[in-house]
Amino acid sequence: MAEGGKMAAGSGKMAAEAAVGQVVLPGDVLLLPARPGHDAEQLPLGSEAAPRGRLLCGPGLRRCAAGLLVTKCGLLRHRQPGGGGGAAAGGAYWVDSQQKRYVPVKGDQVIGIVTARAGDVFRLDVGGSEQASLSYLAFEGATKRNRPNVQVGDLIYGQFLVANKDMEPEMVCIDSSGKASGMGVIGQDGFLFKVSLGLIRKLLAPKCEIIQELSQLYPFELVLGMNGRIWVKAKTVQQTLIIVNILEACEYMTSEQRKQALAKLSGN
Amino acid sequence: MEPGGAAMAAAGCCLRPFSCERGLLSRPDGSAAFVQGDTSVLAGLYGPAEVRGSKESPERATLEVLLRPKVGLPGVGERSREQLLRQTCEAVVLGALHPRTAITLVLQVLSDAGSLLSCCLNAACMGLLDAGLPLSALFCGVTCALDAQGAIVLDPTTRQEQEARAVLTFAIDSTEKKVLMATTRGSCSVEEMQQCLVAAQRAADTIFQFYRDSACRRYSKS
Repeated sequence: MAEGGKMAAGSGKMAAEAAVGQVVLPGDVLLLPARPGHDAEQLPLGSEAAPRGRLLCGPGLRRCAAGLLVTKCGLLRHRQPGGGGGAAAGGAYWVDSQQKRYVPVKGDQVIGIVTARAGDVFRLDVGGSEQASLSYLAFEGATKRNRPNVQVGDLIYGQFLVANKDMEPEMVCIDSSGKASGMGVIGQDGFLFKVSLGLIRKLLAPKCEIIQELSQLYPFELVLGMNGRIWVKAKTVQQTLIIVNILEACEYMTSEQRKQALAKLSGN
Repeated sequence: MEPGGAAMAAAGCCLRPFSCERGLLSRPDGSAAFVQGDTSVLAGLYGPAEVRGSKESPERATLEVLLRPKVGLPGVGERSREQLLRQTCEAVVLGALHPRTAITLVLQVLSDAGSLLSCCLNAACMGLLDAGLPLSALFCGVTCALDAQGAIVLDPTTRQEQEARAVLTFAIDSTEKKVLMATTRGSCSVEEMQQCLVAAQRAADTIFQFYRDSACRRYSKS
C-alpha cells in the first residue's frame, strides 16, 4: 500500500484527517488540528472558548497529550458532526477492527442464551467475559404475578441497560416506554450461529446490500445480535441453512461473487 | 503466508526470512503463526474472558502465558520464558480497561531452529493484534549472538547459538524503540551489550514495517 509506506516503520504521528480510511496500528498518534487561539495553559473562559464541534473518541482510541493514541489495529473512520457547520475539530473518530470477542456496550442489542434462573433474575450468556443478568420484570407486560415463560436454554433478544467494565452487565427486553419493540424470547425453532463482529456491523449498517439481496430470495426471519450471534428461520430447514451458508460466506466474498451465488440460487 | 524477508537485503540487516499468518485458528479469539527461518511458533489468544478463582484482579486483566514445547511437557525452561513473555505483554496491554477478566495466551512451538524466544515474542504480538485487545504500543523480539571474535549475529540459528559466547534477546516497543525486556546467556561486556542493543533496535524497524504491511494487507480486503 502506498499510503502505508509514507509512515515511519515503528510508530506513526500523522494528522487525524489524513489517516481516515487508512490502517492504523496500536501506538500510532493522531494529531488533531490546533484550534486557533486555543492555549492549553489558559483556562477556557467566555463564549469563545466553547468549541462548536465536540470531538468524540470512539472504540480503539484514547486521548493523550499529543492528540489521540490508537490502541487497536484497524481502519480509522470519521463521522462529521450532525449539525454540520464545517467544524474541523468536531465529529467522531473510531477504529473499525476485525475481532471475535464481544465486550458489552450500553444500548447494544444482543442475543443471549439463558444459562440459569437465580431467584428473580435470569443469567444470560452473551459471549462477553461475564454473564449478564436479566430481571423477570424486564419483559413487556410482566408483573410479579404474571411471570414471563423463560426456560434455561432459551434465546433472548434484548439490550444492555448497564454495561461497563466494573459492573455486571444487565439486560432488559423492553425499551424506555415499556414496549417490547421486537425484543424478548426468540421462538422455538430456527438456527443460531456465530460470525465475526465486523460482519455483524456490516449487516446492521443502514441499507445493507447483503440483507436487501437476500430478502428477494424468499421470506425469512432474521435476528442480528451485536455480539456476533445471528438467528435465522425460514419456511423449511433447507431454506434456513441456505441463508446461514450465504451469511457465513459473506465475510470472505466480494459483492460480485455474492451476486453470482445468489443468482445461482434464485435460478433454481 | 505473508513473507517479510524480501525487504531484508535492502535494509542491510541479516534477519532470517520471516513470515506470519493471522487468524488461522477458528476457536480462539485471536491467533497467529510466526515463522523466522526454520523456527515457527503458533499463538492462540483468548480474552477478555471469564476469570476463575483466585486469579481475579479487581483492577486489571489477568494475563496468563502458556508455552508448550514441541514434544513432552513444559519444564523449567518454558516456565522461565513464560515469565518473560508475560511481563513483556503486561507492559503493552492496557489491562485496566478490562478488569476482572482473564487474557490467556497459548504459544505452541512448532519447530525450534534458534531464536525461539524472539519468535515467541513476535507471535505473541501478532496474536494480541489479531484478537483486537487494547495495546499502548506494539513490541517485537530480536535475538543477537556474539561469536568468539565479538561479531554480532542477528537472529541466530541453533548452531550459531551453541557456538556463541553470549546470546542476548531484547523485546523492543514500537513507539520509542525502548527495551521492554532483556535476557542474556553467557558473558559479554557492557559495550558489547550496547552494540547488540543498537543492532536489535535497527532490526526492530524492519519487523515493525512488516507488522504495518501485514495489517494493511489484511484490511485491504474488507
